[in-house]
Amino acid sequence: MSDLSTRYLGLELKNPLVPSASPLSRSLDMAKRLEDAGAAAIVMYSLFEEEISADEEAMDQLLHHQDIGHAEAVSYLPAHEVYKTHLENYLEHLSALKKALDIPVIASLNGTTAGGWIEHSKQLQEAGADALEINVYYLAADVGQSGEAVESRYVEILTGLKGHVSIPVTMKLSPQFSSVGHFIHRLEAAGADGVSLFNRFYLPDINLENLDVMPSLNLSTSAESRLAMRWIAILHGHVNLSLAATGGIHVAEDVIKLLLAGADITHVCSALLKHGPEHLTVMLEETQRWLEENEYESVQQLKGSVSLIHAEDPTAFERTNYMDVLNSWVPRS
Amino acid sequence: MPQKRRVTIEGNEAAAYIAHRTNEVIAIYPITPSSAIGEMADAWSDQGRKNLWGTVPEVIEMQSEAGAAGTVHGALQNGALTTTFTSSQGLLLMIPNMYKIAGELTSTVFHIAARAIATQALSIFGDHSDVMAVRQTGFALLASNSVQEVMDLALISQAATLKARIPIAHFFDGFRTSHEINNAETITDEVIAAMLPDELVHAHRGRALSPERPVLRGSSQNPDVYFQSRESVNPYYAAMPDTVQETMNHFAELTGRQYHLFEYIGPRDADRVLVIMGSGAEAAAETVEHLNAYGEKVGLVKVRLYRPFSPEHLLEVIPVTAGKIAVLDRTKEPGSDGEPLYKDIVTAFAEHVSCGGGKFATLPRITGGRYGLASKEFTPGMIKAVFDELKNDAPKNHFTIGIHDDISHTSLEWDATFRPDVSQGVTRCMFYGLGSDGTVSANKNSIKIIGEGTSLFAQGYFVYDSKKAGAVTISHLRFGPEPIRSTYLIGNDEAHFIACHQPVFLERYDMLKHAAEDGVFLLNSSYAPDQVWDSLSGKMQQQIIDKKLKFYVIDAYKVAQEAGMGRRINTVMQTCFFAISGVLEKDEAITRIKDAVESTYGQKGRKIVERNFAAIDASLACLHRMKVPDQATSKLEMQPPVPKNTSNFVKNITGTIIAGRGDTLPVSRIPADGSWPLGTAAFEKRNLALEIPVWDEDLCIHCGKCPFVCPHGAIRSKVFSGELTEDAPETFKHVPVKGREFDDNLHISYQVAPEDCTGCGLCVEICPARDKTNVSHKALNMAPQPPLREQEKENWDYFLQLPEYDREKIRFNGMKGAMIAQPLFEFSSACVGCGETPYIKLATQLFGDRMVIANATGCSSIYGGNLPATPYTTTPEGRGPAWSNSLFEDNAEFGLGFRLAIDKQADYARELLKRLEQQIGGQLVQKIIEADQSDEPGIHEQRRNVEDLKTILRKIDSADARNLETVADYLMKRSVWIIGGDGWAYDIGFSGVDHVMSSGRDVNILVLDTEVYSNTGGQMSKATPIGAVAKFAAGGKSTAKKDLSIIAMAYKHVYVAQVAFGAKDVQTLRTFMEAESYPGPSLIIAYSPCIAHGVDLSHCLRQQDLAVNSGHVNLLRYDPRRADKGHNPLQLDSRKPSIPFKEFAETETRFSMLWRTHPEAAETLLKQAQTDVMDRYHRYEQLAGLSSHKEDDEGGKT
Repeated sequence: MSDLSTRYLGLELKNPLVPSASPLSRSLDMAKRLEDAGAAAIVMYSLFEEEISADEEAMDQLLHHQDIGHAEAVSYLPAHEVYKTHLENYLEHLSALKKALDIPVIASLNGTTAGGWIEHSKQLQEAGADALEINVYYLAADVGQSGEAVESRYVEILTGLKGHVSIPVTMKLSPQFSSVGHFIHRLEAAGADGVSLFNRFYLPDINLENLDVMPSLNLSTSAESRLAMRWIAILHGHVNLSLAATGGIHVAEDVIKLLLAGADITHVCSALLKHGPEHLTVMLEETQRWLEENEYESVQQLKGSVSLIHAEDPTAFERTNYMDVLNSWVPRS
Repeated sequence: MPQKRRVTIEGNEAAAYIAHRTNEVIAIYPITPSSAIGEMADAWSDQGRKNLWGTVPEVIEMQSEAGAAGTVHGALQNGALTTTFTSSQGLLLMIPNMYKIAGELTSTVFHIAARAIATQALSIFGDHSDVMAVRQTGFALLASNSVQEVMDLALISQAATLKARIPIAHFFDGFRTSHEINNAETITDEVIAAMLPDELVHAHRGRALSPERPVLRGSSQNPDVYFQSRESVNPYYAAMPDTVQETMNHFAELTGRQYHLFEYIGPRDADRVLVIMGSGAEAAAETVEHLNAYGEKVGLVKVRLYRPFSPEHLLEVIPVTAGKIAVLDRTKEPGSDGEPLYKDIVTAFAEHVSCGGGKFATLPRITGGRYGLASKEFTPGMIKAVFDELKNDAPKNHFTIGIHDDISHTSLEWDATFRPDVSQGVTRCMFYGLGSDGTVSANKNSIKIIGEGTSLFAQGYFVYDSKKAGAVTISHLRFGPEPIRSTYLIGNDEAHFIACHQPVFLERYDMLKHAAEDGVFLLNSSYAPDQVWDSLSGKMQQQIIDKKLKFYVIDAYKVAQEAGMGRRINTVMQTCFFAISGVLEKDEAITRIKDAVESTYGQKGRKIVERNFAAIDASLACLHRMKVPDQATSKLEMQPPVPKNTSNFVKNITGTIIAGRGDTLPVSRIPADGSWPLGTAAFEKRNLALEIPVWDEDLCIHCGKCPFVCPHGAIRSKVFSGELTEDAPETFKHVPVKGREFDDNLHISYQVAPEDCTGCGLCVEICPARDKTNVSHKALNMAPQPPLREQEKENWDYFLQLPEYDREKIRFNGMKGAMIAQPLFEFSSACVGCGETPYIKLATQLFGDRMVIANATGCSSIYGGNLPATPYTTTPEGRGPAWSNSLFEDNAEFGLGFRLAIDKQADYARELLKRLEQQIGGQLVQKIIEADQSDEPGIHEQRRNVEDLKTILRKIDSADARNLETVADYLMKRSVWIIGGDGWAYDIGFSGVDHVMSSGRDVNILVLDTEVYSNTGGQMSKATPIGAVAKFAAGGKSTAKKDLSIIAMAYKHVYVAQVAFGAKDVQTLRTFMEAESYPGPSLIIAYSPCIAHGVDLSHCLRQQDLAVNSGHVNLLRYDPRRADKGHNPLQLDSRKPSIPFKEFAETETRFSMLWRTHPEAAETLLKQAQTDVMDRYHRYEQLAGLSSHKEDDEGGKT
């Protein structure tokens, strides 16, 4: 048996398969099934900055806005003493997951500002989170904003978070930075314990019937994992923080490739949503089998063995690869 | 276990506190001003709050007060401690059961926020007309005069009724006490328990019906014993006064607060005495103490136990020296020789003296007067006037005080400036705000901070106008070292602090007349400090100079905006109030506000806390003390309330009311029978919109959707001859109208009424015409109102004077055509974005010039008929909807009465035509009798026929001709509309709706279905959907909405439709046309988004779309005429649900809050709701897919 264990954010994990933030963790049963299927850790669904703000606004609204000055109506909805916020639900659920599971639980925050909401990270730590993943889902739609300003926003949020918690913090990033490597270095210097590559921006669509712009959501495909593979390969050996691969990891081959490129762990989401938690066992067994067939002793041995610094042809990860790919494409007649 | 503590609460909460702690079953029905008592009780039970005996009271909302009373009666008969809360018409509906409950000697307390009764008009305000209407039922009547007394006497009532077995109606004045916030000491559970010993409760239970020890109660009695039975209760009534007094004494031992059946205040040698009941006694007490301090000898008797009336106790407290007694009644009995309290006092004295006397050898001079009807102000000056009148040898009897009666000359004059000395140590503050700007909640918060956090006593009373959009609130706050008993508004020259939270009010209200010398005036103004002075009117400047006011200014909107609070200025203005009013020391005050913010939002709202703190700090930094010049320089004048060129009635009466001076109108100016002219809403320019729509005439496709959806009739389309526009204002837009049905020279204009638009933006949302190069630019786009106001005013006036398009030529079957018709419902006071009013407006466009409307009480009767402004209006010829409101519960029957009268008189007119055929001429008679009035040309033709008829009749000298003249108008088709909300149609008026439908008569029932009682604040109705949170369904309604359509369709002869104008406008239009043309009963259930759904009504149309797409609302039409033609009468106009119910539910707080408060129930109910939606759709689909008998007969065609 090859040793599948790996180290991520300072946590000892029994294997490199970690379900990423998804609705699967909303149910205790489902989380337990993931653990039983072999998940090494679990990233909880995200607590959104917008949810926290919306709760605050909703509470504010309930408290004040109902008072609209009608002599006959003091308010329009009944008063409730107990009003459970998303944060309270999240904390309760986190505690419950910690109680029910033996594997580490990584709490996930999603937001774009360094405002008061990140104070709540402290409560996540207190509720038992083993680590924190922060997903800064920020799109620089302001064309006047510089790349430097965008990066600073991430650093500011990270610094803010690190000021509130002592548990490891990892940042989930999009690929849309002009120099991904340099930026990750900057994050490492600011105290990031890891990065998770890459986050997907859900893309809008236009409804041709009414010309409205609509959100659209598609599950990932294996091809998407190549983007993370390239950057992890480039980063491996150049940074000391943990590297997680996310997006498009559907089968054991994807897992192995990313480990070869240098990932410490691989996040799985779409495949589990599609095939159920037990799909994780399949991926794990196949990974194990591949390691054994190819006589690897451990994941540790495998990790980064085909990264940029170790690859036989490092240029394949770089731009020169571009020409080769283009030239190899021949139109069908 | 609650401990004794000083709180600041409303009278309603004081009643609810005791009622909830001392009862097991609470059956209620919402009605202003007592709704809040039941709401609190329900919310507390939902939160699991227990009563004295450790169990959570069961609270149930019934379908009417009659239903609530029946349930109370039943629960009492089965041993539960049971109560109810009501007011006004609600109390009247309980009367039959009150006789029963009293007749069976059943212990209960009804808590009543006393209110006026609907007579010539409805009024939600306080007086004793309702409680005086139950004084004969056998209930005892016990009056509380203040918030503390409400709490105390609520408990005393509870104890006394259990001891005496006589039920008690415990009442306090609606609004003045029910809604006044004042200090009160809570009563501990130890005291409550001591007052309600177990043996009394056990005895009550012991009288319950039980199969273990069965009795028959409520028999039918014959002449032999009924009379004796009625007399058998006498000993109970005889003992009651002493029982109540003993209970009061026991309460005093426990709390130190002593009450008496009749409370006397004043010297033992008073020469004049005033007898009064209710909150007015508080102002009277202040006045009596003052007058006596200045050497007068006057006394006051506060009546607490009014029934059973105890002359002995009364006479005991009245000084023997009292030669003159004035008795004030807060009610009116037209035609009587005196109001009830007066007559009781007279009788007591008369019996006493005529039976040989004792204490009084001769009759004092007793006069009776009326005061304070419907919360009319009752001030120390008025009280003094009553005492002064008693000084006369022949004081006026049957007088009124508080009005100017120039017809019957009943009124006494009074000195409005008179105030007792007790008011000298009190700080008085007034705040002019908008309902929506949070002024009232901020003031309630300030009262709590001061009244509970310091040694000062506090009082708050809030005056609301009756508008739903842009309601103006005036807050009256008093703070002082002694308990505050001033049960009247802050008067002229009295306010130490006046805040104007909305600069637009400067144009409308003379607020500084209230300012006291050396007072503080705080103005929210967007003008720079060096420009503010010039923005005031000359009059205002002079008032500031003359009264030496300290004048402060803040740009609260700017501060709020910068602190991230949007347009919520309440924290900013509250901070300024604390900083400069001097009520508390400034630093202490600021700390207390911040503490209050912290305790309100705490951990759950860090951002809000930070935001509020930022606003508080910025407010202090941005508050400017203005240097007041020596001279007034402004030439600005306050705007007249109505334009100068209106009728005398509007100028003198409507205008006076709009200006807030309605109290000054003498009796002679007021229509005696409650009839008011139409169209006056158009005169009240409220300028609520920050942005108004601007028409891009090049893009517009003339679809008519914008005027269709406008809730306020503020955007119109009109078609007119292009030649008429030569003198049009330069910026008036008009283009040749598109469409073959119009002549070549015709133009169309879409014009907004800039001062009447409320800025909801629905017209822009519905606009389908977009710029091909920029989809965000439509044929209508919102733009800031102020720069457009003057220009568009001129354009609007011009638009109005253009002739209306000939109705005979309008094609009503399409939106463009129908929307050319003039709306005869405009500028109502409905909420911004109201989901109901577009339906009413549509009906008036289609049928308004021949419409009679029976309107159930509710939102539609308030925005439709609350003075001063009337939104129903007339055509240039003077025709328009004739509108009336009877009650809440009887509207369908009321409307059926319309139909019967119209049909009968039309029949009679036809009979007379026949009789007079020879004189009139056979041809005209035949034309009239056989007229086809199914379309506009036919209706117009008949109008001409009737005009011809009248001309001929004038020349005929006979009684029949004279009679026919009076009924000839009925020969023209009239459209009877019965309009109301779901509370009426599904609940309180359902049996009437059902009966009227069964009658087969030609009426149109329009149900404005908001799925809750909207007007009274969002209580559950049987239209409330499963899973929705509403008052009395705090944990989510657990049963499905009643399917009124299915019930109506079961009759087969009823036209039934469900519409949602924002989802499918043409279906709505078609429905209205079909329903009206159907010669039998029609029922239109019109889905109407409402603020009670917890949505911003700028999404009114989107919500309807979601409701229909999710299957929450099914659009359908059931037309019995189709069956006659062999078709399935039911047509389903909406498709199979295309989105999950959850997607709709998530957008409305009424559903989404359940996830936050009751997550498990939310899951279960949502699942059930989804199942229900699909079940209902399939049911309709199957019904619509069934073949008719005729089709079956013809071989099963479908």
